[in-house]
Amino acid sequence: MHGKCGLFFESYRAEAAVFQSGFQRTCLGIFIVLLLASPLVLDSYFVSMLNLICIAVIGAVSLNLLTGVCGQISLGHGAFLGVGAYVAAQATLHGVPFLAALLLGGFAAAAVGMVFGVPSLRLKGIYLAIATLAAQLILEYVFLHWESVTGGSRGLIVDAPQILGYSFDNERKIFYLLFSITALSLLMVTNVMRTRHGRAFVSIRDFYLSAEIAGVNLFGYKLAAFGLSSFLAGVAGGLWAHYTLFLSAEQFNIGLSISYLAMIIIGGLGSVVGSVMGAVFMTLLPEVLNGLSNSISDVLPNISQYIVALREGVFGLVLILFLIFEPEGLANRWRLIKAYWKLYPFAH
Amino acid sequence: MEYYLQLFINGLVVGSIYSLVALGFVVIYKATKVVNFAQGEMVMVGAYVCFGLTVQLHVPFVWAFLMTLGFSVILGLAVERLALRPLIGEAHICVIMVTIGLSSVLKSIVQLIWGTQIKVYPEVLPSTPIIIAGLPVAPVYIAAFALSGVLFAVFTVFFKYSRMGIAMRATAHDQQAAQSMGIGIRGIFALSWCIASVVSTVGGVILGNINGINSHLGVLGLKVFPAVIMGGLDSLLGAALGGLIIGVLENVCDGLAKDLFDLGGFREVAAFVVLVAILMIKPYGLFGTEEIERV
Repeated sequence: MHGKCGLFFESYRAEAAVFQSGFQRTCLGIFIVLLLASPLVLDSYFVSMLNLICIAVIGAVSLNLLTGVCGQISLGHGAFLGVGAYVAAQATLHGVPFLAALLLGGFAAAAVGMVFGVPSLRLKGIYLAIATLAAQLILEYVFLHWESVTGGSRGLIVDAPQILGYSFDNERKIFYLLFSITALSLLMVTNVMRTRHGRAFVSIRDFYLSAEIAGVNLFGYKLAAFGLSSFLAGVAGGLWAHYTLFLSAEQFNIGLSISYLAMIIIGGLGSVVGSVMGAVFMTLLPEVLNGLSNSISDVLPNISQYIVALREGVFGLVLILFLIFEPEGLANRWRLIKAYWKLYPFAH
Repeated sequence: MEYYLQLFINGLVVGSIYSLVALGFVVIYKATKVVNFAQGEMVMVGAYVCFGLTVQLHVPFVWAFLMTLGFSVILGLAVERLALRPLIGEAHICVIMVTIGLSSVLKSIVQLIWGTQIKVYPEVLPSTPIIIAGLPVAPVYIAAFALSGVLFAVFTVFFKYSRMGIAMRATAHDQQAAQSMGIGIRGIFALSWCIASVVSTVGGVILGNINGINSHLGVLGLKVFPAVIMGGLDSLLGAALGGLIIGVLENVCDGLAKDLFDLGGFREVAAFVVLVAILMIKPYGLFGTEEIERV
């Protein structure tokens, strides 16, 4: 831990606390209040950005639990999101209440994730990456061809979420729903990381042999990591389905898995704050590019036909630059900035 | 039956291209332990550069081909120097992600220059089919197959007898030991990226001659994984056989799925279903080195 000056702990419980100082708690409180108030003043485009960010945050933090904390690379996260989305959508279409459908989607994704996580007992590193890549492509195929459930290439129309008869039918209303579920997921992952399970995950990531010698049941904990991570991914998928109100198989392609991986790398592996930062960064990046291309379209009128290719190129470039120059991610940079200002006039 | 024989032959041709791309993949993996997700995009860049030279700049095909090979050497060197070398010694996931980022960049460059429409190569070989065992086979298929075979022979000899090839194998086996025997590791890394880039380019040009090219050619790079896993990640012979087997398998499975279950497009996933099965049963492939760990 990067202990602060004058901050010391007398018990393990105090050291593992989520908030180590009152100042942190106050700052977070103010931040949350500002976020909750923001939809009242922002126009609906910005609220929709916030909504997309919320969904991305859940996806990113769940992948970070698996990849950043437990060290199991997954290239199939997008497909697990898809499983959750389709199951939750079908459930609400068959009259299951929204929250139950969301959980159902989560459990379905967890089941699928655990099935594809089984090889993780024998496979490590790149072999696991390739196995999850296979999972992604096979699930994509299922989404596209199991037309009675997924609607195939025509897509599936979903109803707006309803809880106890209250319908979340515009951007502002749905923001509060997404925000509260995102906050719950973040809290859940933060707490999981502080428990016995979280420490077991970290020990597996750091060195699996030592972990096993220390009595960590590798298979059980790896499977638990896959299950927990896919559960949250499924919830994110279910929320996405009920937010966009339309599902198509192309939504959950390998590009989605890659962009979630990019989020956690850019944000910082194994860090909850990092997942949030990465999700914000990766959601805003294409929007900023769109905005830029619109603003220079007077000078370069053909820019809009290149925007798709440009977006992809910028994405790749950002990823490479982050890996080379900022491999610890935004979370680490944030920590450094805070440390710099803390000692401001005397920083060396 | 004839239909399946035709599928089998198509599979062999596609498989020979997979083998080439897999060869590039294995060369990189053997020497540097990097899993290259941009292999497919390297194929695509090679194919487009050759297309640009022959069709847009009217260079004769043979010269264009040689110039493309020269370009691919530079591409390989640049990629290794700029993107991969800073990451030596980093975790698996970082190296994987950097090659994924690279694949996006290469794809975007191709789309910016040549657009997303399908491009067709001029005909280099005559189109009248040659009859083999009662089946018509296009000459370009035979050329593709033969060229892949020749390249494999060349590389096998190179790795077995040449000084450089032996140095590369030594590096693959044990980097520290190789370095202490006076082998320049950096040179080996650069060379392996060059070789990978060149063989992928050859694959790309062949593919362009068969099907034409579009900007989604990079998906081919994903097909390489079943091939190399089947053969074992670090075996050249395994890559060759794995590529052929996967090529045949996906074509025949596609035909079977269409006939028996009326499923379209099974080609795309057949190889990956096989891949999962292999990983479950024999994770280190047919010819790969097993990593045995004991506490």
